[in-house]
Amino acid sequence: MLKIENLHARVAGREILKGLSLEVNAGEVHAIMGPNGAGKSTLGNVLSGRDGYEVTAGTVSYNGVDLLTMAPEARAAAGVFLAFQYPVEIPGVNNTYFLRAALNAQRKARGEKELDSMQFLKLVRERLKVMQISDELLHRAVNEGFSGGEKKRNEIFQMAVLEPQLAILDETDSGLDIDALKQVAQGVNTLRSPERAFLMITHYQRLLDYVVPDFVHVLANGRIVESGDKSLALKLEEHGYAGLGAGAAA
Amino acid sequence: MNSMINDSSSATALRDNADVAEALGRTYSAGFITEIEMTGLPPGLDEDTIRALSAVKHEPQWMTEWRLEAYRHWLTMAKPDWAKLNIDPIDYQAISYYAAPKKQPKSLDEVDPALLETYEKLGVPLHERAALAGVAVDAVFDSVSVGTTFRKQLADAGVLFCSMSEAIREYPEIVQKYLGSVVPTGDNFFAALNSAVFSDGSFINAQNTGQFERTLIVAEEGAHVSYLEGCTAPKRDENQLHAAVVELVALEGAQIKYSTVQNWYPGDENGVGGIYNFVTKRGDCRGDDSKICWTQVETGSAITWKYPSVVLRGDRSVGEFYSVALTHHFQQADTGTKMIHLGRHTKSKIVSKGISAGKSSNSYRGLVKMEKGAEGARNYTQCDSLLIGKQCGAHTFPYMEVKNPTAIVEHEATTSKISDDQMFYCRARGIAEEDAVSMIVDGFCKQVFRELPMEFAVEAKKLLEVSLEGAVG
Repeated sequence: MLKIENLHARVAGREILKGLSLEVNAGEVHAIMGPNGAGKSTLGNVLSGRDGYEVTAGTVSYNGVDLLTMAPEARAAAGVFLAFQYPVEIPGVNNTYFLRAALNAQRKARGEKELDSMQFLKLVRERLKVMQISDELLHRAVNEGFSGGEKKRNEIFQMAVLEPQLAILDETDSGLDIDALKQVAQGVNTLRSPERAFLMITHYQRLLDYVVPDFVHVLANGRIVESGDKSLALKLEEHGYAGLGAGAAA
Repeated sequence: MNSMINDSSSATALRDNADVAEALGRTYSAGFITEIEMTGLPPGLDEDTIRALSAVKHEPQWMTEWRLEAYRHWLTMAKPDWAKLNIDPIDYQAISYYAAPKKQPKSLDEVDPALLETYEKLGVPLHERAALAGVAVDAVFDSVSVGTTFRKQLADAGVLFCSMSEAIREYPEIVQKYLGSVVPTGDNFFAALNSAVFSDGSFINAQNTGQFERTLIVAEEGAHVSYLEGCTAPKRDENQLHAAVVELVALEGAQIKYSTVQNWYPGDENGVGGIYNFVTKRGDCRGDDSKICWTQVETGSAITWKYPSVVLRGDRSVGEFYSVALTHHFQQADTGTKMIHLGRHTKSKIVSKGISAGKSSNSYRGLVKMEKGAEGARNYTQCDSLLIGKQCGAHTFPYMEVKNPTAIVEHEATTSKISDDQMFYCRARGIAEEDAVSMIVDGFCKQVFRELPMEFAVEAKKLLEVSLEGAVG
């Protein structure tokens, strides 16, 4: 599904990704771990097409097409979803309205019929089972005045409604207390399917206790320096990134 | 009984609208010119012009004198220069002050088909107006009011609704009592000019016409009036002057809600042409427990100079002002409100949302005045500006005068930009750039749109979308 080869990317003239390669197949859950400044969030941003990230070398192929030439909204319509590390507030725009606009924009781009409000409401009710968020949150403005946990849960809820093929979770676990972490993890687990792949960017092992990954990769100094199964995460927890020898953050 | 006397609330509104807004497209497609035979006065302004105008309209002597007095006062006045606006000099002698269709139809059947066609183009077929749930609109085409729906039904309900010309002839006692009682003839330069020459609009084939409408609404004891006003003006290369005066009077326990969606021609991308919209709107809460609410969505005009105000005279009276003003390209707006608290326990609320894009300049100017007698009066003002792009400007000029120690005045102001983060968040969810801007702007204006009647809120939203086309990227 996703094939990243020798990816180099710069932010504000500074090279952050330095030859990253990674392959993700449908149905797989990959965890990307690594120290601060290793390039974890840069990877998520480059994949979802954020401005200001300059790819200087390498390729990213998604379902056989060149992902890097696509506009962010086209990537979304093609099934790429980024759960933001810092979900953005949009004052005055109703949360449900926003989500419906997003879903319908994606459906339209894919040549599917847009959902009317009744159909959408039905879908929302159904997806609420995946990620319980209160009615009040649904009717508030997008992320406005949400707590940290509410914002992250809202991201997972959006994911449940938008049903992406490739979900990139950028430090979705950061800033969550244990209860919220469990809820988010449960939401992710519910959405795991043979057709869907996850790329979970995280700092800590603890998320992986609840969402068990198929693969764990260590990202350091702009490259994947070690890959393995979930036991690698435990090893990291014990020895720290420094113990990898491959060089922590340069 | 209520009297609503209106002249040319510029009926060419964008009603029914999804289609219209779309039809407006990137260029101002309302820029057609209607071919209807005109009788008009030649350009120029002196006492004879005013007498001729008054005669054409079959006005009584007292009205002619009223106009002349206003004109003489106007001659002694200077154009206001305190607003943050660059206004090219206006040659008042080059303006034609009266243009009217030759035929004066008595019913819809007699209306010139070309005129109906114009409404058609604007999406305002007269016969459909009746369908606008319970809303009566005085349809004025340039000068003379040509058809009024629901007039009879309104009369049965005790509401007088007619053009100002008719009111002057048919209800002189009401007009004499109230006209100029809120906005005196000498109130300001443009109000004085309006008082001298107001007619039923213009904007037709005359080379350089001005539009001088006059609206008077009187809500008597306990009456409720909701009045919608929408404007679009055919395209013109030259700048045209629009100097209207609107007076509202609310007697004891009465409420008036006056909603405007204004889309006069704003000029082109290079700032050529467009309307000068110099309007005086003022309401007088004359009775105790009365309420006046102004809601405006202003997206048009090259220059807007407009401060819908409320004089809170009656005890416990309430004044509200909700405004969205959007400027793009080279548009300039200096708009806001005045809340003058005279009575005890009077309350006012101001919510102003300014959106600037392109190279435009958008200023909020507001006065909150608590006079000595305004015991326990309160004001709350919220004033937010949103900037789109790097070349536009937003300015806020709040004035407060408090002469009563028990009065409370609150003011909050914010200035923000549509952030890259917000744009990326929307796009990462699949929403294209322009739609994301519309959505964010719509969210920004929500508080004001909520105050608009439903059909207007939809229209306003569409209008903002159209007005912001090309603002990003």
